[in-house]
Amino acid sequence: MYLDADSSKCTGCRVCLTVCSLYHFKEVNPKKAALAVDAKFPKPGHYEVRVCNQCGTCASVCPVEAISEKSGIYIIDADKCTGCGECVKACPTQVMFLHEDSPVPIKCDLCKECIPLCGTKVLFLKD
Amino acid sequence: MFAERSPFGFGYGGKILRVNLSNGKITTEPLPGKLVRDYLGGRGFAARILYDELKPGIDPMGPDNKVLIASGPLAGLFLPAGGKITFAAKSPATNSYGDSNMGGHLAAEVKYAGYDVIIIEGAAAQPVYLYINNDKVEIRDAAKYWGQGAIITEDMLKNDLGREFEIATIGPAGENKIKFACISHDFGRQAGRTGIGAVMGSKNLKAVAVKGTKSLKVADPDKLLEIGKQAFADCFKHTGWKQWVAQGTAGVTVWSNQQGSFPTRNFQSGSLKGYENISGDELVKQTLVNHKACFGCPCACGKYAKTVRNNKDYYVEGPEYETAALIGGDCAIGNMADLTYANYICDELGIDTISGGSVVAFAMECYEKGIITKKDTGGMDWKFGSIEAFDKIINMIARRQGIGNLLADGVKIASEKLGKGSEKFAMQVKGLEISGYESRNAPAMMLAYMTCDIGAHHNRAWAITHDIQVGRDIIEGKAKKVVELQHIRPIFDMVGCCRLQWVELELKLDYYPQLLKAATGLDFTWDEMLKASERVWNLTRLFLIKEHTQTFGRQFDYPPARWYEETVVNGPTKGSIISKANIDILLDEYYNVRGWDKNGKPTPEKLKELGL
Ligand code: SF4
Ligand code: SF4
Repeated sequence: MYLDADSSKCTGCRVCLTVCSLYHFKEVNPKKAALAVDAKFPKPGHYEVRVCNQCGTCASVCPVEAISEKSGIYIIDADKCTGCGECVKACPTQVMFLHEDSPVPIKCDLCKECIPLCGTKVLFLKD
Repeated sequence: MFAERSPFGFGYGGKILRVNLSNGKITTEPLPGKLVRDYLGGRGFAARILYDELKPGIDPMGPDNKVLIASGPLAGLFLPAGGKITFAAKSPATNSYGDSNMGGHLAAEVKYAGYDVIIIEGAAAQPVYLYINNDKVEIRDAAKYWGQGAIITEDMLKNDLGREFEIATIGPAGENKIKFACISHDFGRQAGRTGIGAVMGSKNLKAVAVKGTKSLKVADPDKLLEIGKQAFADCFKHTGWKQWVAQGTAGVTVWSNQQGSFPTRNFQSGSLKGYENISGDELVKQTLVNHKACFGCPCACGKYAKTVRNNKDYYVEGPEYETAALIGGDCAIGNMADLTYANYICDELGIDTISGGSVVAFAMECYEKGIITKKDTGGMDWKFGSIEAFDKIINMIARRQGIGNLLADGVKIASEKLGKGSEKFAMQVKGLEISGYESRNAPAMMLAYMTCDIGAHHNRAWAITHDIQVGRDIIEGKAKKVVELQHIRPIFDMVGCCRLQWVELELKLDYYPQLLKAATGLDFTWDEMLKASERVWNLTRLFLIKEHTQTFGRQFDYPPARWYEETVVNGPTKGSIISKANIDILLDEYYNVRGWDKNGKPTPEKLKELGL
């Protein structure tokens, strides 16, 4: 199971990003969220939402094997992670992030917090 | 009132950034505790700082004026619609306190960069823009952007700096100091009113670009998550949610026409023939590209649109209700394609569509009455309904060409110069053009326009629904409602939130003190928030008095003569008028409710009560 997105319905509100940061880091910062919203303005005038589809590329490139799969979800082990950023570079949808506050990359753990907070139902679960 | 811990670690950015464009000095100051306690944020901060720092009588277009960008404690957080920021300055339109609230994503970004208020003072010798990347703040050369349209400039700056930068910029109208020049952001959000774009232009300041990557710490994260979720859920489950997201404010157009409150042909009438052609339905059918929200908003009212004209595509956010009213109705531009194009021209030039529409409508009526002639128009027919005339007039204004130079100062000054009775249909109060409600049969709405502290704007008290509910002819008791609204609604501008979730989705006001507590740790009751709002209202009144010590009096609060000397000529409110005597009754009651004297001055007792 993974998170998917229908970008055509996105309004660019960034609520998904704020709840992601508040839930995981207990502070608000859309740049510390595990998904991304790109605004394509002035033309063609829509948003593109990028989410983690748990493809596992990150785990396969991690040199210290800090990323492992459990029930289809890839999780970073903060104790093993060296913060080298190889996974961030390799992520096919570019939804792993390094932030100056965080020694470990930020990655979607499929907590599902964002889903009900998107009013236009961009975000949904896929098997 | 306060919890023991320091208020500034939570919710607020914590710092004031001060930039002097004359000498290049850039400094930061900690946010003073008293300011937080008495004024909350946003518009409150702006009013207090401008009152304290501006000498009376300064030229609004001179280096002594200051542009303030002030966010509030709830902006940038996880809660419904914390995406609003206030731009403020001494207004060139009213020569008094002016502010304008803007949505989009700037408020949040300013907070993530660590600031609550940005104070811009002095004036640069050459075109510049202000670059803010967290703690790195620079005044940079803007030669390559100067002269460019607002939409193009935003795109250019994002290309040059990174798409993640949030940009606030002026267009040619601001550069040419048009008194109703706006500030544009997020390809369709504006700080439209009171001409602060012109103040930026007078400082040679083309744009402000902001990037912030810091986190906002909050006092009680678990509580904020819990209440925030509840508040969002309440919004989503409201029966009005679907319609609001579908059409946004454009949905109001049909209703307003049916009420006879749609400004039409320079407020000669209250309903446009064929208004169905510029309805929200038509917007969705003909021009809508995508729904567009401000930061944190559960009910995106932005309608990003596209229209094609002479084989060229034009993209613009809108037309929202006010644009439909002042351009669609007031200039009688009655079809969606022309209206959308007119919206685009104004946005690119950087002109407020409310005042801009009103000024063009005024010019069209002057032409109709022979006050402006073909000599002034270069032989062109400036008749109502002509998009070609609209295009020409607004461009002449933005570049101060010919009679456009006179119109660029707004309808009040233009009518004083043109004379011939045009003052009577210069639709303004205190120098600011009236926004989208014909009010001859809506005394509360009229009083709201008369007494609004920035000039005739609807956002402080959208009282027309009250008129309709309790009876449109009734005069007595309306003042009380107007004052009540004038205290509630500006609170949103102080905390940095949009008010439409409360207005349209009935989000409970109880949420706001709770959210404020979870975010900042500060214990405000709703009544204390209302008191702070009343304090700001009295302070902006003192600003007006201070600027006009010799001439101040109740005449500042009168509407234009058209509203008490002429009847509405068409539509459901046809024939309605309000008497001067009733206007005075409205004002007397209003001053009484406010604790102001017969001339509209706050009494010493009132000021003492508010700690002013
Ligand atoms: S919450 Fe939904 S609409 Fe808002 S930015 Fe995220 S995906 Fe887009
Ligand atoms: S309702 Fe409209 S103006 Fe208010 S926050 Fe939402 S999108 Fe912005």
